[in-house]
Amino acid sequence: MKKLLPELKKSFVTALWFVFLTFPILVIKVNTVRNTILWRWANMIAVFVMTMIFSWVWRRLLEKRARGERLVDLSRVLPRNLLDIDIKTVFARKKVSRPALVVLLVLAVLFPFIAGMYQTNIVTTALMYVILGLGLNIVISLGGLLQLGYAAFYAVGAYTYGILNTRFGLNFWIALPLGAVLAMLFGILLGFPVLRLKGDYLAIVTLGFAEICRIVLENWNDFSSGPSGINKIARPPLFGIKLTVPQSVIYLYFITLALVVLTVFVVRRLENSRLGRAWEAMREDSVASEAMGVNLTITKLSAFALGAFWAGLVGVLFAAKTTFINPASFTLMESILVLCIIVLGGMGSTAGVIIGALIIILLPEYLRAFTQYRMLLYGSILILMMVFRPGGIIPKVRKSYVFKADGKIEGAGHE
Amino acid sequence: MDLNYLLQLFISGMTRGSIYALIALGYTMVYGIVQLINFAHGEIYMIGAFTALIVATVLNMTGMPGIYVFAIAMAVAIVYSAAYGFTMEKIAYKPLRNAPRLSALISAIGMSYFLQNYVLLAQTSDFVSFPRLIPKFRFLEGAGGMLSSTQVVIFLVTAVVMVLLTLLIKFTKIGKAMRATAQDKTMALLVGININQIIAVTFVIGSAMAAIGGVLISSHVGQINFYIGFIAGIKAFVAAVLGGIGSIPGAVLGSFVLGLTESFGTGYISSDYEDVFAFIILVLILIFRPSGLLGKSQKEKI
Repeated sequence: MKKLLPELKKSFVTALWFVFLTFPILVIKVNTVRNTILWRWANMIAVFVMTMIFSWVWRRLLEKRARGERLVDLSRVLPRNLLDIDIKTVFARKKVSRPALVVLLVLAVLFPFIAGMYQTNIVTTALMYVILGLGLNIVISLGGLLQLGYAAFYAVGAYTYGILNTRFGLNFWIALPLGAVLAMLFGILLGFPVLRLKGDYLAIVTLGFAEICRIVLENWNDFSSGPSGINKIARPPLFGIKLTVPQSVIYLYFITLALVVLTVFVVRRLENSRLGRAWEAMREDSVASEAMGVNLTITKLSAFALGAFWAGLVGVLFAAKTTFINPASFTLMESILVLCIIVLGGMGSTAGVIIGALIIILLPEYLRAFTQYRMLLYGSILILMMVFRPGGIIPKVRKSYVFKADGKIEGAGHE
Repeated sequence: MDLNYLLQLFISGMTRGSIYALIALGYTMVYGIVQLINFAHGEIYMIGAFTALIVATVLNMTGMPGIYVFAIAMAVAIVYSAAYGFTMEKIAYKPLRNAPRLSALISAIGMSYFLQNYVLLAQTSDFVSFPRLIPKFRFLEGAGGMLSSTQVVIFLVTAVVMVLLTLLIKFTKIGKAMRATAQDKTMALLVGININQIIAVTFVIGSAMAAIGGVLISSHVGQINFYIGFIAGIKAFVAAVLGGIGSIPGAVLGSFVLGLTESFGTGYISSDYEDVFAFIILVLILIFRPSGLLGKSQKEKI
């Protein structure tokens, strides 16, 4: 009781501050054409009540963080014996993980036949973002290079297929690798000028690069048909069989699913390869890694190139799925969305990125009422995750080695 | 070569440059002290413009003379932007003081998106017309319509703000503390400087200047929407980098260089690619002179 009063006072003061802060923008709405004013007092009360609650929660969480406690204490909710099972070690065993993966794959394969066309379409989009997330993951989480121009490579892939298909009648299956490789070349092209840049500068230059690409696409009418975009792009063909629209939706779902599996496989192999280790070394300390013989130029360029590769691949898929592309689909917002997926899911963790993509893309689809507030929520997610759980939902398990008493070295993982 | 046209482009370039300078100073000061790109700085500028628009429209209905409306709207905008800057620092940056740089940057991007969409939802996604608040000056009639009264006000206000800021940083106690914090945070702490307070003050001053820029440019252009902060923020950042981030005279110089380049670029090359010029300059600068025009190149100690 003694503690409650000062806490209430603190929340009250914060709430008053926010009422003051949001007053002109949230309460007054002016119409400059008709010169009328709308006073929305209800908003003021809503802000007051919400800040009272949120500021209290915020302070509790900050206190917990300062004490180094878990933000959500599971032992209070779940029975003890369930907690004793360490999920990570269980899934690390092949006996468990293999069947689990098989079940998951079977479910994924059966999904389009159980769910309708609409659901399949949404899930295809989510799967495309899984690939995008895994690709960007290479650049940001492994390489430690904050790349904000990811949408540009995505656009390169989409426009490659769009233009080659509508003008030269090129097949989807030829355009798929072509778009990916072209995006990769663009990645290298961008990589050269930014080789010397670090952190913040890199972020802003890549962002600038993406904006340049978008503006060029918008203005170069002969090449990209400007803001009106390219339409009537062909859907992927299946050995010359004519597919109806619902069939091709299912077909595209399977193509995307196959590519997700491929991406997960390749990215995991990359991570544990010599190059993957070099990326992580570069991220941790570029000077030290260079001293250890890591060629920074090649390492950086390959991170950009391999990240862009997946974006190009998804770009082609995207063009084939929507059959219509225009520059408005490749704004900075798209890059931020993918960043959001990685941050929410867990930087560097494959499972995290998959879950992140599913949450970020599927949640707004099912919570239609929230669609309006989607971007507001994404912004808050970025801030809250960074403050309270920088590791994401499923933090990456980092490789480490444990010395046993008998002198053997054993590989193990820890957070 | 039409001399009149050239002069017109020059004036418009200087106008842009002044506004960029007002925003870029906020970037460069914050960067100098906490080494963080405050991605949401452009949004503070936008919020300043929106607050001024709302206040001005409400006051206009009371039939107050334009120049008073302008003064009050400007004052309210400065107060609100400063308040937003202060709150933003407390929520998104202060808890991350000791976190990796990448975390703070992502949090800043989140803040930027949050504020954009907050204004979008609370107000509107359309362009709204900004009332013309600055009356026509008599003495400008002789200039043949070359220079508008808004532009004169922009130049004057920018100059005054620059002088005040220089005085503040050079001669006051708080300015001294800011310089000390920028040089060495630990040492500043040891000699009794309240770092948290200095950082908050820096955010407040930077935000206030962004608000001034926002109100001035909005009354010059005549319309605003929730998205204006993003592109202005990026360009001001380019200007700050151009001059050497962390350096105050550098930010001003960089802003004018950028403003003039853009103005001449759109005037003589193509207006479709207006936004591209800034990014091309940025890329060139970072390749050939990463420390900027006036920045000192720092040797890294290992």
